[in-house]
Amino acid sequence: MKPFTTLSAPVVPLRLANVDTDQILPGRYLRKPRSAGYEHFLFHDLRRDAHGDPDPEFVLNKPAYATAPILVADRNFGGGSSREGAVYALVDQGIKVVLAPSFGDIFASNAAKNGLLTVAVARDVIERIWEVAEADPESPLTIDLAAQTLRIANEDAVPFEIDPFRRECLMKGLDDIDLTLSHSDALDAFETEYANRYGFRNPT
Amino acid sequence: MTSSTPQTLYRKIWDQHVVTTRDDGTALLWVDRHYAHEGSFHAFDQLAASGRKVRRPDLTVGVADHYVPTRDRAKGSAEPEIREMIRLLDANTAGSGIRLFGLDDPDQGIVHVVGPEQGLTQPGLLIVCGDSHTSTHGAFGCLAFGIGASEVAHVLATQTLWQKPAKTLRITVDGSLGPGVTAKDLILAIIAEVGADGAAGHVIEYAGSAITELSMEARMTVCNMSIEAGGRAGMIAPDETTIGWLKGRPAVPQGQAWDAAVAQWQTLKTDAGAEFDREVRIDGASIAPTVTWGVSPEHAEPVTGTVPDPAQAGDPGRAAAWEAALDYMGLAAGQALSDIRIDRVFIGSCTNARIEDLRSAARVLDGRTTVIPTMIVPGSSAVKRQAEDEGLDRVFTASGAEWLESGCSMCAATNGDMVPPGERCASTTNRNFRGRQGPGSRTHLMSPAMAAAAAVTGHITDVRRLGDVR
Repeated sequence: MKPFTTLSAPVVPLRLANVDTDQILPGRYLRKPRSAGYEHFLFHDLRRDAHGDPDPEFVLNKPAYATAPILVADRNFGGGSSREGAVYALVDQGIKVVLAPSFGDIFASNAAKNGLLTVAVARDVIERIWEVAEADPESPLTIDLAAQTLRIANEDAVPFEIDPFRRECLMKGLDDIDLTLSHSDALDAFETEYANRYGFRNPT
Repeated sequence: MTSSTPQTLYRKIWDQHVVTTRDDGTALLWVDRHYAHEGSFHAFDQLAASGRKVRRPDLTVGVADHYVPTRDRAKGSAEPEIREMIRLLDANTAGSGIRLFGLDDPDQGIVHVVGPEQGLTQPGLLIVCGDSHTSTHGAFGCLAFGIGASEVAHVLATQTLWQKPAKTLRITVDGSLGPGVTAKDLILAIIAEVGADGAAGHVIEYAGSAITELSMEARMTVCNMSIEAGGRAGMIAPDETTIGWLKGRPAVPQGQAWDAAVAQWQTLKTDAGAEFDREVRIDGASIAPTVTWGVSPEHAEPVTGTVPDPAQAGDPGRAAAWEAALDYMGLAAGQALSDIRIDRVFIGSCTNARIEDLRSAARVLDGRTTVIPTMIVPGSSAVKRQAEDEGLDRVFTASGAEWLESGCSMCAATNGDMVPPGERCASTTNRNFRGRQGPGSRTHLMSPAMAAAAAVTGHITDVRRLGDVR
């Protein structure tokens, strides 16, 4: 996994709340192998009209926003299904960061495992980012994960909170299975002791 | 922490599973059960790509549910990609020595129905599955939550997961539910109260008399939809109802081990005086049969009410979301919910397809005729057999409803069972998201009894008005 440190880039202003993982990746594409390129399925039904043609009003269909790597949405982004394919679709599209007032917990966890940074940001900051991006699609947003700040164009930096473990994994590009296996001795000892204490928990 | 500090049920189970804790509080937790389904193929692919093996194949159980055909099962799916999903689950579980309830197994069903039914789900366990409705199993007083493919790969390789302690939310439901009011109405009312992200970052414990009076089936319905309030997990302390329900099931401990297990289960409750990060209290008697009108489970109202007016939403963001929801659903503000015409009915899913749910639908359908297409999909093949033993299948087919094979079917719409574009479905499932039941589908969530009432009237109907509802 590629480490994430800082990014200064344009924004996709997605003024929608409750964009659940079914909207990000409709269920009928879950059976596609990753090699299919999940960007083709990203927001598949949201970005098309009833006839299946691209809706020119959907933000990612506007050329000015089509390749921006920072997605900024309203509350409860990625709620619902645990499908990691929703993260694959964003990552394959080239999205590196998603900002929203709140996220689905499982989505945010899946994102981190794929090097996609999610940051919960106050609604008024989100509103300001949308305004600036809508006025000037090229205006950059700067995210500094080490400093835990974001900066809208040349405005003052705004601090943000992130779980320290998630931050460390993202900054180092850690494979957490490797990290876990570095605790093999503790794990082996736990497994033995647990089997003695809670033997009745094994399926019969 | 001293032993005299009162603890929550969540904390007790957490502490029993900690392998190691980092300075930042993130802990490596032991996983007692991992349930796999067809969608787990990404995780098996990741494991194979890294050259790793399954550490404890005896603690993973596979179940075919998301892609199984509900009609003409012997023929298999007509869609090659769907057949391939079932084949991959067969191959991945067989290749690692994992037990599978596959398409042809007499006990196949929806993973969240099969796990409890087999007694694989037990109090005190830490249970994960690559499916958000894993919260269902919390009804047994275990810690159960959905995870993504990367975490599934981590569990397969290590039988553990890194987790940050969640915040705790206790939802106490006092009193008793009224006649015709079910666990589904209760959880929809709870979600409407706290919001679709209201419990984000929290593990919910449900308590109070209206909860302890519920059967295990009903408790599973409540815990199932915890994720629809944003909750990481939902749980209910085990009691005599739990123990009685589990006794004698195939995978529970036997003899002395059963006694040891029961003794341990009886310690699994929140201590008096334990503190929660948040508390919510709800009066069970005030809840009416509840239905959704919009595209989020939080868009729920008593069936006696009307479609809400975006002008009363309170804030502009919310008003815009309501406006868009009404537009998608083809509804007008102020319309009586009971005036909404319905095109088809789906009774099924991990939320509401257990035996009690089917009995409840059958009580409404008995002696009546469905006026719109109605599919009834049992939660498991064992539930199907039991329903047939009780004669429920004859009630269903006599009413004109279709009685089908078990699976996720039209809830996730991944097996090809879909609501046609623009059609309105009364559904006992868990998500009324845009397009969830098929592109352009419009979903109204409700209880099995309410869905059955809609099936015989052709519109949303307060089941209490049909009479003879207990």
